[in-house]
Amino acid sequence: MVDRNPWLNFLSHAVLILGVAIVAFPLYLALIASTHTADAIVQSPMPLLPGAHLWDNYRAALLGSGKLGSNTNVLHMMWVSFVVAMVITVGKIAISLLSAFAIVYFRFPFKMLCFWAIFVTLMLPVEVRILPTYKVVADLGLLNSYAGLTLPLIASATATFLFRQFFLTVPDELVEAARMDGAGPMRFFKDVLVPLSRTSIAALFVIQFIYGWNQYLWPLLMTTTEDMYPVVIGIKRMLAGGEAAVDWNIVMATAIVAMLPPTAVVILMQKWFVKGLVDTEK
Amino acid sequence: MASITLRNIIKRYGHGPKANPVIHGVNAEIHDGEFVVIVGPSGCGKSTLLRMVAGLEEITGGTISIGERVVNNLEPAQRDIAMVFQNYALYPHMSVFDNMAYGLKIASVPRDEIKTRVDKAAKILELGHLLERKPRELSGGQRQRVAMGRAIVRQPQVFLFDEPLSNLDAKLRAQTRIEIQKLHRELGITSLFVTHDQVEAMTLAQRMIVMNAGNMEQFGTPEEVYHTPASIFVASFIGSPPMNLLRHAPNSKPGTILGIRPEHLDITATGWEVRVDTVELLGAERLVYATMGGDHLIVRIDEGSASPQAGDTIHITPRADRLHWFDAQSGKRL
Repeated sequence: MVDRNPWLNFLSHAVLILGVAIVAFPLYLALIASTHTADAIVQSPMPLLPGAHLWDNYRAALLGSGKLGSNTNVLHMMWVSFVVAMVITVGKIAISLLSAFAIVYFRFPFKMLCFWAIFVTLMLPVEVRILPTYKVVADLGLLNSYAGLTLPLIASATATFLFRQFFLTVPDELVEAARMDGAGPMRFFKDVLVPLSRTSIAALFVIQFIYGWNQYLWPLLMTTTEDMYPVVIGIKRMLAGGEAAVDWNIVMATAIVAMLPPTAVVILMQKWFVKGLVDTEK
Repeated sequence: MASITLRNIIKRYGHGPKANPVIHGVNAEIHDGEFVVIVGPSGCGKSTLLRMVAGLEEITGGTISIGERVVNNLEPAQRDIAMVFQNYALYPHMSVFDNMAYGLKIASVPRDEIKTRVDKAAKILELGHLLERKPRELSGGQRQRVAMGRAIVRQPQVFLFDEPLSNLDAKLRAQTRIEIQKLHRELGITSLFVTHDQVEAMTLAQRMIVMNAGNMEQFGTPEEVYHTPASIFVASFIGSPPMNLLRHAPNSKPGTILGIRPEHLDITATGWEVRVDTVELLGAERLVYATMGGDHLIVRIDEGSASPQAGDTIHITPRADRLHWFDAQSGKRL
């Protein structure tokens, strides 16, 4: 470490504070905008202190004000987002755990090929394969359904790889001890591997929940009815008002509301999240 | 309880011409209730042999029977054995109680029965106050005892120990050795114990198997192994300092090697003439390193007796009833 020097202290604090300010300022603006009337926001310069319409704006955003491009209320969109994010997260974790388990602990033909096939898909994110995926989902009749929203996003090479690396660090003697104790493979998986991976699972949960919540391109492509819009799409639709003036106050209120669940997940799971990334408990 | 019979055990890794043989036909009969130690240098196949008995390694050739049953194709859990691992292999997320109870739970032993058995084992091993702790909150010695407890609660026919003391410090190792002996006296369960430490082997074993390069060199009581080593390897491996092996001993037949332990050589007024290289004081005794012709040898003398100095020429006499003759070609005892 560098020595304690008041100037360096000052400098590092200044840099950090500047960084935080740059990141936080847009959030602050959104929060302020969500407390004014639509007319007040479009004034120049925009007010930088909270206004008096916080309650009205949020009620309008959550329950639908009727005069927007979208009639679906935000509460319902939040529900869709939540279900999608949860299904993607839980699905990803379950499938990755099982596939990593298979790759690490079982001998089967073409095992390495399977591993590399999974690994190679890291190079093919949803955006690259979006058209064929759309075709498949459309042919299966899954447009505008939860299954269609979540299934293509569940397979995850990253998570499989992460669990594989973790499983490789579990001592072989533990597997042998479990065999001596008479635990079959699934019993070993359930009683030993999953409890040991719980910090990694927590870290992945946070990352994948935010990933699922923030999905934009895929839902944009495959949802056409308003009752299947996740909240991220909902915000976008509010902007597409055509000639009508955009109610920026409502949009901002919606954006703030949409940020709450991922924030809550991060705050609630922070302890586990950091633990999962930092320590390996064995 | 049960005997263990090893009949012509062979282990090869890989198949066909590239196969790598590691154990070349071991035959041994371990009696019911006996404590047998398998000892040898690292890489001699002793752990592999134990793991084949445990069912963790496939058996390439031969048969292993526990009691009357041939166990070659049985899963470890069906062999009615318990094993203590070198790194203990405790489940890190389970309490001491759950670690010991896990095997019984899987075997659907009733809950009160599990509790009785775990409590009993905990009492024998003085783990009673630690049952709620996690393994990481225990010291090395305590973990070791939990690993033994896990083996005891299963009430197996056979205990297998895979170098269970090698992660303990010297003092704890000596203490645990005595505990294992006591445990074996109380429970009387047939035990196979693998170690590379000849002191452990000599002190624990009722009979010991000395292995070298995949072959069983000798199977006998510690006394037999010490006093009548079957080969040059056993002679040099067992005993510390090792037996002197003299190629050019006076009056020896060509093609033979004379073995004589350092403690069976006495400094005398006449006899073999040797030159002293160095002298080491080990507390109760002195080791005199000397050269005779082309051979190096060690003489062990009491700390109290007069010590020769480096560079001196002294005379030594071997005790006539303690000479061991080996064939230089085969290394076998003559």
